[in-house]
Amino acid sequence: MLGALLIVFREVIEAGLIVGIVLAATRGVPGRALWVSAGVGAGVLGACVLAVFAGGLSSLFHGSGQELFNAAILVLAVGMLTWHNVWMAGHGREMSRELKAVGAEVVKGSRSLMAMAVVVGVAVLREGSEIVLFLYGIAAQGGATTLGMLAGGALGVGAGAALSALMYLGLLAIPAHRLFAATTGLITLLAAGLAAQAAAFLQQAGVIDVLTAPLWDSSRILSEGSTLGRLLKTIIGYTDRPDGLQLIAWLAVVAMMITLMRLVNPKRPAAALAAAVAPHAAE
Amino acid sequence: MNRTLALLAACAALSACAKAETASGPPPIPLLLKDHRFTPAEITVKANQPFAIEVTNADGVADEFDSDSLKREKVIAGGQKGIVRVGPLPPGRYPFMGEYHAKTAQGAVVVQP
Repeated sequence: MLGALLIVFREVIEAGLIVGIVLAATRGVPGRALWVSAGVGAGVLGACVLAVFAGGLSSLFHGSGQELFNAAILVLAVGMLTWHNVWMAGHGREMSRELKAVGAEVVKGSRSLMAMAVVVGVAVLREGSEIVLFLYGIAAQGGATTLGMLAGGALGVGAGAALSALMYLGLLAIPAHRLFAATTGLITLLAAGLAAQAAAFLQQAGVIDVLTAPLWDSSRILSEGSTLGRLLKTIIGYTDRPDGLQLIAWLAVVAMMITLMRLVNPKRPAAALAAAVAPHAAE
Repeated sequence: MNRTLALLAACAALSACAKAETASGPPPIPLLLKDHRFTPAEITVKANQPFAIEVTNADGVADEFDSDSLKREKVIAGGQKGIVRVGPLPPGRYPFMGEYHAKTAQGAVVVQP
């Protein structure tokens, strides 16, 4: 039971932390609850479909279907997170320049929300399909321990959701004028981490076969398999034995994000952003 | 929408590459997962050479081949096979497990100089 709880808990927090960051980052944007819920709903539905077709997906592309699918949806999520950050940076400037255009901004805001709904959907889809397969496996095996393990799984979902909610509330405790700088930073690191994971999947698929040797091994200091390691893997892309390609992907996304945000808003992006959105956040 | 189209095109290009790429290379090393145990429990490979493991899941339920040290995770449905490709590695011991049955499903890749 404890084993099942831990496995499900870890998968739930991986998706839940992303949902928490997205919710904090979209604070004050009208209609976000609907979009984020739609993202979660689509993710759960997709996870069930994915679990059913897991075998079929795997056998595609000479057995690399699963890896390519994972890499593709991770790259999609990186694109959406980048769009969000860049849009927010530009939005801040527009908002401070012409306050009258708030109505139009709300419409544009829903586009950014659409991007974030995709991010949430991808996160729930990836982790959710693993939970579904795992729990289905337990249920299919039967036996005396089945009920206990399923109960463990249910507790894992609850505990994971609770921790994710705590993370969200923790982010909200940050003063409004700092929150947007914080979430911009978090989303940048989140995107970089997802890009590094995508790089690993492309290597696993055999698409890219360079820079595969680990650069360092910090597994004795902080193992990637530990719960804290998993948390950091989700939030900042921590990996205890990163290879060259992963590091390059990580750095490239951070550099791309900063460059794009500077381009749309040459002044300090975070400050302009906070000034623009703070009145909304107080609602 | 343009972005979505560009991403789809990128995916298609990637999958085309994958097809071309995976046609060659050494034959994969067989690994059997049965009764939630790996056979052989230890796989020996040479250093600095890419290799592939073909995992056959003979159990009725799915499991996930998972290794932090190899940086590989792959779900293999019950009764299915899955290929796990690994790039060139320095010598060492790289443990892996079946995440859904980690109590029994344990193994390692030993990379020899």
